[in-house]
Amino acid sequence: MKWNSIILVAGLLIAGLLVAGCVSGDAPAVPDATPVPTAAPAPEELRIATTTSLYDTGLLDHLTPAFEEQYNAKLLIVSAGTGKALEYGQRGDVDVMMVHDRAREDTFIAEGNGVERRVIAYNYFVIVGPESDPAGIRGTEPEEAFQTLMTEGKAGTPGVVFVSRGDASGTHAKEKAIWKAAGYDYATDVQNSGDWYVEAGTGMGATLVMANEKEAYTLSDIGTFLAYKGDLQLVPLVDSGDILLNIYSTMLINPEKHEGIDTELGKAWINYLISDEVQQEIKTFGVEEYGQPLFFPASGKWDLMGVSEAEVSAPVV
Amino acid sequence: MNEIVAGFTTALELIISLDPEVIDTAIRSMTISLTATFFATLFAIPIGSVITFSEFHGKKALINLIQTLYALPTVLVGLFVFLLISRAGPLGFMRLLFTPEGMVIAQMILILPILIGLTISALKGVDSTILDTLRSLGATRYQFMKSVVREARYAIMAAVVLGFGRAISEVGAAIMIGGNIRGHTRVLTTAISLETSMGNIALSLALGIILLGIALVINLMLAYVQNR
Repeated sequence: MKWNSIILVAGLLIAGLLVAGCVSGDAPAVPDATPVPTAAPAPEELRIATTTSLYDTGLLDHLTPAFEEQYNAKLLIVSAGTGKALEYGQRGDVDVMMVHDRAREDTFIAEGNGVERRVIAYNYFVIVGPESDPAGIRGTEPEEAFQTLMTEGKAGTPGVVFVSRGDASGTHAKEKAIWKAAGYDYATDVQNSGDWYVEAGTGMGATLVMANEKEAYTLSDIGTFLAYKGDLQLVPLVDSGDILLNIYSTMLINPEKHEGIDTELGKAWINYLISDEVQQEIKTFGVEEYGQPLFFPASGKWDLMGVSEAEVSAPVV
Repeated sequence: MNEIVAGFTTALELIISLDPEVIDTAIRSMTISLTATFFATLFAIPIGSVITFSEFHGKKALINLIQTLYALPTVLVGLFVFLLISRAGPLGFMRLLFTPEGMVIAQMILILPILIGLTISALKGVDSTILDTLRSLGATRYQFMKSVVREARYAIMAAVVLGFGRAISEVGAAIMIGGNIRGHTRVLTTAISLETSMGNIALSLALGIILLGIALVINLMLAYVQNR
């Protein structure tokens, strides 16, 4: 009888100790008999909220080790949709944000929540769909493609279904912007306009899988689409047009709004991202695996992206 | 089918090769959920005993409420704890968001109703002659509860295993509170969710199989203790 409880208590104590160990994992090991005077201090933590596409493609995991070593930092990266990342930023739960929705970023900055925005990379959204393309949008302009999808979808043309992210992400915001440019009001003309328009309410990967199962159309960032391509029968149908431009930015959370924002390390991170070496890394990232780059470096392309030169190349001081 | 087979193969490979990141994640999953279960049990047994052996107005309603909370959605717990410990929240100064400690709190809240409710059921199931004997021997209130809990220990242990199962398998609260930070708050369930969204289907399946393996080991340990 007694042994049972002893084993149980011992097991739970070990569990508790392990947690304590994993929590204070960065604490220095048992002090050495002859302490080395130059022992590195515990790494400083930087909290980053990032949009899923930068993380799920593996780009950030590729870029972080060099930074962590150079600055003796530990990057705590939370990957969430742009909507959620903005929420974390607004509540002061992170030090730095990496997002891709210019319009909401502008509001965020205007409201004093974010400072020192820098553009780090860009790529293009693609409208993907079944190879057979029942709506016939292949090679058209994005706005025209959306108009055709709406017309054919409402008319009940077999096989014309559009799956929307429907989750307030950056990609969803872009989709809404295209609907607007195509001449529709999103809430009144698009949502609830029929069974052809499906709101998934989930991440990009899951949305692509859903579109694939339904043999439907969807809007995707190119990075996630390429990462998923092997499992999908969907093909890119519309991949050019100014409106498909996808701009990734990073910014500091305004330290005047929240106490304890790590501004110094945050600045270093932003400057690291716009540095020549990292921009070069972004250029080649994924080429080996996917046969094409997932992101284009922002360096030198402010004109193409329609942003100021300072936003691309001026270091944060 | 091929993907399922690939999942099993990948799981075996990861286990045999002792992939450090997978082992790290598995240990973190286990420690966080075991700690949450430990603290939840610590609260649940006394609370459950007091509710079972006291008579008060609204006792039935309270038990009903506890049983209703078995259905507590993990995302709701996540949201509640998030609002509590986010920097802008009342406990924001403690900086618990995106930490393993925060996850322990969320999982503890999640499984507390199950543990309290099943403790009550377990204690109710104790043979009434034992209760009468204890009373006739003049046991104090504390001695009485201690003896009854000891009598019901196997049923209570089953409740603890169920609570642990719910804690280690939930993803909603873990992702909201922990943030799925690599090497810091990433646990098996949030890793599965991430790998799925990255398109690594076989790896996701493999991690799921490892999670079930952990549950199996915990259950075997319990069966061993029970059979002694």
